[in-house]
Amino acid sequence: MPKLSLKVNGKTHTVDADPECPLLYVLRNDLEQHNPRFGCGLGQCGACTVLVNNQPVRSCVYPVAAAHGKDIVTLEGIGTGEHPHPIQTALIEEQAFQCGYCLNGWVLTAKALLDKNPHPTDAQMEAAFESLVCRCGSHVGIFNAVRKVAAASPAAKRSA
Amino acid sequence: MTPNSAPSSRRDFIRNVSGGLLVGFALTDSALLPQAAAAVPATELDSWLHIGADGVISVFTGKVEIGMGVQTALIQVLAEELDVPFERVNLVMGDTSMTPDQGGVGGSTTIASGTKPLRNAAATARHKLLQMASAQWNVPIEQLRVSNGTVTDGTRNVTYASLVNGHDFNETLTVQGAGSDLTVTGSGKPKDPSTYSIVGKAIPRIDLPPKILGTATYVTDVRVDGMLHGRVIRPAAIGATVVNVDDSACSKIPGFVKTVVQGAFVGVVAENEWAAIRAARNIKVTWSQASVELPDDLYSYMRSAPVKATAKGQPVGDVDAALANSPKKLQAAYQWPFQSHATMGPGCAIADVRKEGVSTVWCGTQKPHPLQRGIAEFLQVPLDRVRVIWVQDAGSYGRAGHEDTAADAVLLSREIGKPVRVQWMRQDMTTWGPKGPATVFDMTAGLGSDGLIHALDFGTRTFSGGELYFQANSAGNLLAGQLTGIPNTNGVDEFVQWGAVTPPYRIPNLRSVSHIIPPFLAAGSPLRTTHLRDPNGPSATFAAESFVDEAAHAAGVDPLEYRLRSLDDARAKAVLTAAGEHAKWERRVGTSPKFASGRGVALALRNGTYVATVAEVDVDRATGKVRVKRLVCAHDCGLIVNPSALRSTISANLVQATGRALKEEVRFDKTRVTSADWTSYPVVRASDVPAVEIVLINRPDVASSGAGEPSSRGVAAAINNAVFDAIGVRIRTAPLTPERVKAALA
Repeated sequence: MPKLSLKVNGKTHTVDADPECPLLYVLRNDLEQHNPRFGCGLGQCGACTVLVNNQPVRSCVYPVAAAHGKDIVTLEGIGTGEHPHPIQTALIEEQAFQCGYCLNGWVLTAKALLDKNPHPTDAQMEAAFESLVCRCGSHVGIFNAVRKVAAASPAAKRSA
Repeated sequence: MTPNSAPSSRRDFIRNVSGGLLVGFALTDSALLPQAAAAVPATELDSWLHIGADGVISVFTGKVEIGMGVQTALIQVLAEELDVPFERVNLVMGDTSMTPDQGGVGGSTTIASGTKPLRNAAATARHKLLQMASAQWNVPIEQLRVSNGTVTDGTRNVTYASLVNGHDFNETLTVQGAGSDLTVTGSGKPKDPSTYSIVGKAIPRIDLPPKILGTATYVTDVRVDGMLHGRVIRPAAIGATVVNVDDSACSKIPGFVKTVVQGAFVGVVAENEWAAIRAARNIKVTWSQASVELPDDLYSYMRSAPVKATAKGQPVGDVDAALANSPKKLQAAYQWPFQSHATMGPGCAIADVRKEGVSTVWCGTQKPHPLQRGIAEFLQVPLDRVRVIWVQDAGSYGRAGHEDTAADAVLLSREIGKPVRVQWMRQDMTTWGPKGPATVFDMTAGLGSDGLIHALDFGTRTFSGGELYFQANSAGNLLAGQLTGIPNTNGVDEFVQWGAVTPPYRIPNLRSVSHIIPPFLAAGSPLRTTHLRDPNGPSATFAAESFVDEAAHAAGVDPLEYRLRSLDDARAKAVLTAAGEHAKWERRVGTSPKFASGRGVALALRNGTYVATVAEVDVDRATGKVRVKRLVCAHDCGLIVNPSALRSTISANLVQATGRALKEEVRFDKTRVTSADWTSYPVVRASDVPAVEIVLINRPDVASSGAGEPSSRGVAAAINNAVFDAIGVRIRTAPLTPERVKAALA
């Protein structure tokens, strides 16, 4: 099996892996990254989302070889207890989830959305989130948290 | 603590790691666990509660957290009774060797009944501590006060930790009931609710920051030394048996270990997860034909199927005479489909089956103690040789299949002789997970001269809802048991046990008859029915509350007003009135050239909880697509323990139930379930999510009733009534898919 170089949350790892193996299993089983979660293995729900070069991808259908040499960021990589990402702070304030199994996909997709568009409209949020599943139905709190982050970003303050 | 010092008893274990250390990590590392799996006696106060030298109070509960915040709420209840800060209570949940058997969680009972033994145990501990201080100072208990876990007589202070000084309470409690009805009583009396200062506060859920920051452990993250990975391969058709297994392609996969075939159970085991997935994809299993043919037209089949059991509700008045004399009669037939729990994580469990000593199962089950019994029976070993450790998992909404996954892992671990982690793939969950039952309703109502329902004949035909008993406490109601030929001996005709559900209105002549029809296949069926969130509530309320709406329309009375006129119960009236006022209820909210807009209401009562839901919808006349714009929910569950967690739970119920109303239907062809993934079993998505407004009615003088499910109950009916208001056509089959609504508009 070829050696692949994976940069995860700023740290470079070398792994032996079947190049066709989805990135998800390498992250979870070889690199002990638990936040990308198995939801469907079909790219239909987003629980396995990671950022690859700042783009959200479905790691359950993303061959590990395609991630070779790229920057991979997981949920743990965007913030910590001491320095949470604003979206994490807002989600905690909004008490936004029930079981939380899906939240990895929502948080990383929200981050990618807000990085690109700090003030998304509701329609833009809906479009960005349509491909995610939250089976518990925690959507309202999630949307409120994203709106909160958007409202607090500098451009919104200027236009207010 | 190192594995060398593995304790021999629960008590030693608790002493060794007392206080703040007694959390998650220790419980998922088998080397740190006591070696005996003896039951934890509910009769001893020390089984429930331990005060560490650091002042942290560990409390042990058979309840578990499934995502609605009960961990936080239970700690509030405990901190309240103990007079300690919220932060000082550490709650250990759902481990058959560490926690008393409280039956697990389900039926929205965790706060309603699960708090009783905890409250009484905490009150008794507090009383014992006061007795200790009283003896130490020779001061009557009445002159002592407690604040923040410190007892004072006005001049002297002593902490709980100093009082117990590492000792056990050695106090016996009186036990009543069992399972989720278990309670204990001791010398301490719980507080008067009017004095509460922690219960009732919107304390943030303690499980959320670790989840949101990515540091939480789910069962899918548990790793055990020497663990292998398993996958299951299910029958290609209902009732099919194995004809031939060819795993020659698997042996070429690096890391492949073994194929296990027992009866109709087929599993593969590999050293790594990817190899297990590839093996499951590459194995060639030849299956026999289906043993039964599934019907093309489910609801016609259900109306003509033989009856297995019948229940009759307590009759009121004389329905036949009243119907004969009614100036206006209505008749309607409603249908509700099979639905799937479709958990976000498809089901995962780890089993370490030992030929000698204790076998351990890590599982996200709602009911660890019942599962322990099921697994022990499956392994044919005494109960104390099985330990089930609950670890949080994706929300389950009933008996979703986590238990079946556990049995799969147990079977494979037993055959391989090593720990095995089984992760179901998506289709294993959606296709082969247990189901909520399809139900048909046939109703006739007679309206009186006042337009109200004077007679109601309410007929139900459904699958049992309990073919899989809601506790996975026997080998035969685990899928691996059924597929390997173990008879299912404890299925129940549950909906019969519960009696038929009828509307909560004043109806002077009422007949309610519920028929249970047999399952398509007695065992090993992908359509085996069990508890799915609020088991028969959404279906029966969809039918009953839509039908009441039909009656209101026939009477020419506003549907909200009609319900209020038909009610005597003050709390039911109060939630309806609150929802109506908050929603600024008016019968019609206008139409647009493209959209028909409407507003509907439904009332739902469940085990003492009252919910009124108002839905506002737009119906796209061209496509038939229903967009729920807004849901207003007024909710009364008695005393509220944590309003913030309650709001989140209600909001999620409303959104999930919107998906059940609009999209969710398990489909099948003649031989198999065809709903297999998020495309073929769609659930609510971002574009389906309504604005949600919740009105909480707190009644501190009324004991808490449940809140995990009741707000799911009326959503489909409220939406359906709003659709009728919008388009003037009554739809009587859920879900309200675009195709179905478009057909109604044609």
